[in-house]
Amino acid sequence: MTKTDLTMNHAFVLPNSGHKFDAKASKMGMWLFLYTELLLFGGLFIVYMAYRYLNQNAFLLASFELNVWMGTINTIVLLTSSLTIAMSITALQKGDTRLSIILAFSTILAALVFLVIKYFEWGAKFEHGLFPGMDHYNSLPYGERLYFYLYFFMTGLHALHVIVGGIFIGVVIRLIRKGRINKNRISLLENSGLYWHLVDVIWIYLFPLFYLIH
Amino acid sequence: MTVAALPQTNFFQIKKGIFSWLFTLDHKRIGLMYLYSVGLFFLVAAGLGVAMRLELLNPGRDIMSPQTYNQVFTLHGVIMIFLFIIPSIPAVFGNFFLPLMLGTDDVAFPKINLLSYWLYVLGALFALSTLMYGSGPADTGWTFYAPYSVKTGTNVTMAVLAAFILGFSSILTGLNFIVTIHRLRTPGMGFNQMPLFAWSLYATSWIQLLATPVIGITLLMIVAERVFGIGLFDPAIGGDPILYQHLFWIYSHPAVYIMALPAMGIVSEIIPTFAQRTIFGYKAIAYSSMAIAFVGYFVWGHHMFTSGMSGPAAIIFSILTFFVAIPTAIKVFNWVATLYKGSINIQVPLLFALAFIFNFMIGGLTGLVLGAVAADIHVHDTYFVVGHFHYVMFGGAGFAFFGALHYWFPKIWGRMYNMRMANIAFTILFIGFNMLYFPMLILGLEGMPRRYYDYLPEFHTLNVVSTVGSWVLATGLLLMIGNLIAGYLKGKAASANPWNGITLEWQTSSPPPLHNFDKMPELTKGGPYNFPNAKSTHKK
Repeated sequence: MTKTDLTMNHAFVLPNSGHKFDAKASKMGMWLFLYTELLLFGGLFIVYMAYRYLNQNAFLLASFELNVWMGTINTIVLLTSSLTIAMSITALQKGDTRLSIILAFSTILAALVFLVIKYFEWGAKFEHGLFPGMDHYNSLPYGERLYFYLYFFMTGLHALHVIVGGIFIGVVIRLIRKGRINKNRISLLENSGLYWHLVDVIWIYLFPLFYLIH
Repeated sequence: MTVAALPQTNFFQIKKGIFSWLFTLDHKRIGLMYLYSVGLFFLVAAGLGVAMRLELLNPGRDIMSPQTYNQVFTLHGVIMIFLFIIPSIPAVFGNFFLPLMLGTDDVAFPKINLLSYWLYVLGALFALSTLMYGSGPADTGWTFYAPYSVKTGTNVTMAVLAAFILGFSSILTGLNFIVTIHRLRTPGMGFNQMPLFAWSLYATSWIQLLATPVIGITLLMIVAERVFGIGLFDPAIGGDPILYQHLFWIYSHPAVYIMALPAMGIVSEIIPTFAQRTIFGYKAIAYSSMAIAFVGYFVWGHHMFTSGMSGPAAIIFSILTFFVAIPTAIKVFNWVATLYKGSINIQVPLLFALAFIFNFMIGGLTGLVLGAVAADIHVHDTYFVVGHFHYVMFGGAGFAFFGALHYWFPKIWGRMYNMRMANIAFTILFIGFNMLYFPMLILGLEGMPRRYYDYLPEFHTLNVVSTVGSWVLATGLLLMIGNLIAGYLKGKAASANPWNGITLEWQTSSPPPLHNFDKMPELTKGGPYNFPNAKSTHKK
């Protein structure tokens, strides 16, 4: 049942009805949800901080295993995708539906590029037996194992968010095509953009924590 | 439907059949579905509690093995905390009455509201599935402390995933309420004209939103630990179990206020209505909810005084804990001041509210004993702790829940329960409650540790008193529930406003129509509790 169905056939409707579309409420809800996402990763950042402090040398040694180049390229890819989704929102605000869809689509494309690069990165770690439970992993000292565990946990959870964000934008593109999202009713596209920026921002923190700190 | 004889179409009659409930977007129906689910789990967990008391009737083994006892108290805790108390007042009465009190027709996101109920059911199914396979339900206690939770062979993974899903459900409810309060107040109702129940839900929702994700990720780490055996929290390999406790209590202490704050909101509604008098210190009560929510974030360390913590940290956490007492006391003083010179109408809801104050004071003051480092070292992990949190959770939040049920019963179902019976049930419940839990405080001071199926012979007498108390309590509960069901089935029709309340939910018919109001609700001049006929001795 859609919101409009519920208010139909009913004589009196309150001015502040919960069944009426409210762009501000929708955006506020998205921001609140983003807070929860930040705190979800926040728990992991605390764990990272505590164990990095306790195992400084091991974390440093283990971090040399990561490929800084791939990380850098991925950072650039994600930043670009944030740009395209922001441009997509502006395009729709100005009424250019076609451009908006193309730009949103290029964000999904960037998400796919990110995941492919991630796949090769993870694949290399698997080849070296660095995934938790593998032989080489088990032979490492405790601190280095923790590093790789956190690496897989945190970048894995982030990759999951990339996938979810990509699907979200995909749904939004479909709705733009159908005209359900348009110039006057843009908040779902904006929300997908907000979510995508969150994915981006979390990566901006993950990247230095794992790849750059020496 | 049993309420068919009413003159106008209410939300029960508009559509029928099981699917009209399962797929409803109506906040009232979602609230009621929560009520039935939450009530069911309460009865299950209360039954487990009675079984535990039965085991503790005599020293030594009575009816269950030590391992079964471990699983029973874990299940009792998990169900009571995650499936009953956390969702109880916000998800049942918050859902049903927040939009009514704000003068709107639903929450801001009706679909997300339904999603949160489905997630609740899914989480409940996960939790119950632990009974069915493998070596049975978790035996870790509801806190899932590492490293034991990582090593035990019982179905911890499933129980932990259940808590994760339930947390997500709780986040969505909180998110929905915050946006509802910001966006859907009736024209003319500012934040400071909101009923205090809405204020308490507002504070609660922020805690749900900002604390729950932390336990979510922590529980996922426990799952990963069990699957991959990393040693994140296992000291045998170098991990840090204290870190787990920190992460766990960063959520779980604020969660205590998720349970307590809405209960305080209920009391703040009941007292002015039955005193027929403006609430004393409206703003003090409203803002103290926010203060409790805020300070509640910084006190988690008081659960860990004996776990290994530096002296300064312990002292700081202890002092911060004392700070919680200030806003709490502000509320109690204001409630009592509201009663002063009011025209008090002693009815069951008021009795529950007064019982809340009585029980919560015992719970709160014993909480100060536990919050003081020196005293806590002695009573940590004894029955004193068990007594304390049951006074807060059951004597406080539980009694407020029952009070709300009696207070809003005529509004929800349009019928009235038997008053005499309700009074009797309340009295038995209150006596049973104190008989069950007060001996625990003494037992704890004498040194009886918690979470054992057995105890030393010198603790026998008080344990017998406590177990008999559990039977009295159970009798009171069954009487109360029976009376309410009888009222629901064949109680007298209730008027739209049987208690002469003046918050907006009393301006619509009982039960309310689908869209809550058939005409614009009118705000009371001069604040939500400005009773027109009362002789107010305090002017704002």
